[in-house]
Amino acid sequence: MQTYVGAPQLPSDDKRWKIVEATARRHGREPHALIETLHTVQECFGYLDENALRFVASVLRVPLSRVYGAATFYHFFTLKPKGRHACVVCTGTACYIKGAPLLLKAIEQRYSIKPGETTPDGELSLLTARCLGSCGLAPAAVMDSAVLGKIAPQDILARIERGIHP
Amino acid sequence: MTIEELRKIAETERAAQKKFQHHVCVCIAAGCLSGGAEHVRDALNKEVAESGMRNEVLVKGVGCMGLCSAGPLVTVETAVETAVNTDVQMFASVTPEDAPEIIRSLDTGGATGGDLAAAGLHPCPTNVPFFERQKKIVLENSGKIDPERIEDYIAHDGYVALVTAITEMTPLEVIDRVKSSGLRGRGGAGYPTGLKWSTVAKTGEQQKYVICNADEGDPGAFMDRAVLESDPHRVLEGMAIAAYAVGAQQGFIYVRAEYPLAVKHLKTAIKQAERMGLLGNSISGTRFSFHIDIRLGAGAFVCGEETALIASIEGKRGTPRPRPPFPAESGLWECPTLINNVETFANVAPIVRHGAEWFARIGTEKSKGTKVFALAGRVQNTGLIEVPMGITLREIIYDIGGGVPDGKQYKAVQTGGPSGGCIPAEHLDSPVDYESLARIGSIMGSGGMIVMDETSCMVDVAKYFMEFCMSESCGKCIPCRAGTQQLHGILEKITAGEATPADVALLEELCELVRHTSLCGLGQSAPNPVVTTLKYFREEYDAHVTGDGCPAGTCGCGAGTRACRAETRLGAPGSQTSGEVTL
Ligand SMILES: Cc1cc2nc3c(=O)[nH]c(=O)nc-3n(C[C@H](O)[C@H](O)[C@H](O)COP(=O)(O)O)c2cc1C
Ligand code: SF4
Ligand code: FES
Ligand code: FES
Repeated sequence: MQTYVGAPQLPSDDKRWKIVEATARRHGREPHALIETLHTVQECFGYLDENALRFVASVLRVPLSRVYGAATFYHFFTLKPKGRHACVVCTGTACYIKGAPLLLKAIEQRYSIKPGETTPDGELSLLTARCLGSCGLAPAAVMDSAVLGKIAPQDILARIERGIHP
Repeated sequence: MTIEELRKIAETERAAQKKFQHHVCVCIAAGCLSGGAEHVRDALNKEVAESGMRNEVLVKGVGCMGLCSAGPLVTVETAVETAVNTDVQMFASVTPEDAPEIIRSLDTGGATGGDLAAAGLHPCPTNVPFFERQKKIVLENSGKIDPERIEDYIAHDGYVALVTAITEMTPLEVIDRVKSSGLRGRGGAGYPTGLKWSTVAKTGEQQKYVICNADEGDPGAFMDRAVLESDPHRVLEGMAIAAYAVGAQQGFIYVRAEYPLAVKHLKTAIKQAERMGLLGNSISGTRFSFHIDIRLGAGAFVCGEETALIASIEGKRGTPRPRPPFPAESGLWECPTLINNVETFANVAPIVRHGAEWFARIGTEKSKGTKVFALAGRVQNTGLIEVPMGITLREIIYDIGGGVPDGKQYKAVQTGGPSGGCIPAEHLDSPVDYESLARIGSIMGSGGMIVMDETSCMVDVAKYFMEFCMSESCGKCIPCRAGTQQLHGILEKITAGEATPADVALLEELCELVRHTSLCGLGQSAPNPVVTTLKYFREEYDAHVTGDGCPAGTCGCGAGTRACRAETRLGAPGSQTSGEVTL
């Protein structure tokens, strides 16, 4: 087994890199720590950019292609920064049956963005989730961190407006 | 930790709780939390403090009580000295403003439902079929204990099974007990749990692993999440017993990153169990050591498949590999690995505690015990239920679920998520067990149960699940990667009203191909929703391809004329939803 020599070069003196490095270290900087480390990056920075992918590859001594492969395979990871506000619409079965497509359509029409996209001004990201665990409240959505249950298309648009322009 | 020490902790905890005359439990699991349950708990605590009742009233946050659609839920339990049973009153849709009235109702004791309703509360009777028809094993503590306190779990006989197993039983005896209980895997396939354990135990290797599959991927199901949030120690105890039985020293819980509360409760529980010597080195002074680590999933449905899950723990892309070798022989880092579902592990401690015969008496001949379902969709009472195997679908949907609301007509119930099928009214009296559900074309699955009424188009539902499988296909094998795309394309064509009967024939042919040639369960079962809807709701497919339009009126245009269809696709005024969405 290879041992790691010296401290890894942090991409900048941003303290968050230290947190990322700590996760890798906790797992002995082994390649199997890849997903855990990417989780930490996303938690700290909100998304994974090229800098971060290169750093993770060097700390864990795995090829960049493998880091990129994992980062793109798992839906939870995102390579693009999110907007200042995020609206997550649940598209799980219970919510689908109870009208989630209408919620999505309303938001798509109003803000001209599709799921996974962010408005050009960086204000709003539209995301989807598979079951928020609130199926009893279907259709459900999350605006920033507030869970909205049994919500109608008009209400979600109003709620988004209030979130963006308080 | 010896059994006596465990008893002592339990007694101390029980005595401490008994000092309070009233127990007020607030559900703080995900469903109620989204309705503001935390504020309710804070308000209740404040009210108790202000009315000087700190020594009489215990306010505690507990796990899911089941009737999630009526949340936030609060129960009030008052110890009545003379009665055998204590008195439990449940309140639904509680707001922080209700706190004073709830605390006031404690003093009046015998307040009737009418009195409480007059005071602005929503009393919720618990002697109704929703609660009485259930049978709780896995969820026995859910909604009763504080999931963040190990003492509360121990006070409810927690860890007795683990300590008994490692101090008084041989691994073989443990396996035999699980075998003769008839417990089968709750993750979907229903493989006999005892048999799996003995395969892992028989391998001579030194290093073995136990993995708990908490990657609950069925979109519309939340059973495992509720168990982890409400009673995390039960899962840890089950895993530790399994580890002792098969000879493993290290365990992993692979849990979805989308379940932050479950992760938090698990982390707390592991720390507490380690501090008490119930996990870690030399448990109960024996030579048995067992450590548990958490690994976060990252939102890939296929990682619920056991070989993909193992790849993911190893830090790789989660793609399945051919079996054999099965993980029981060669799994994590090529070591023998036992993988079971959350609910499977949650059944283990009660089986060890009460014996195999007790468990085997519940359920049917081949399906023993109970099953937890997340009941949702077009049904009156939605939430989390646990029922004995062998109960009929009709009893679940009409007695427990309260039937289809708004005077609508029942159409189908979907079990098993993207790998399952849609069951029509003619099979409502079919018992819920592994074999019966398979016979009618569906599967038990992990426990998603979604009721649909006349407003759901079955072709659209099939398309929904196919879209899911298509986007979740890992891409490793061609039948699934390309097949799900083609199947989805045909379904799109049908719902758009542009298909011909030849397309339906092609759909059927392709279903057979994808089912028989895909590498893993995802591809093999992806055609199921299409196959069952074709079998039971063929007339809906026919209506779409013969120009009669969508019978349920959900697919674009109900009338089905060509002009109208074109308009719908362009999203022009007059299409079904535009009136609602333009403000
Ligand atoms: C595509 C796919 C997804 C699966 N998802 C899950 C899941 O979310 N949870 C689970 O426990 N099992 C899931 N399974 C089943 C597991 O592969 C495995 O059979 C199960 O975890 C074994 O545990 P059990 O014997 O206790 O059921 C899935 C299987 C496939 C093919
Ligand atoms: S069947 Fe689908 S998910 Fe399974 S290995 Fe093949 S491509 Fe991947
Ligand atoms: S399906 Fe939307 S919350 Fe479960
Ligand atoms: S989450 Fe509160 S009852 Fe289910």
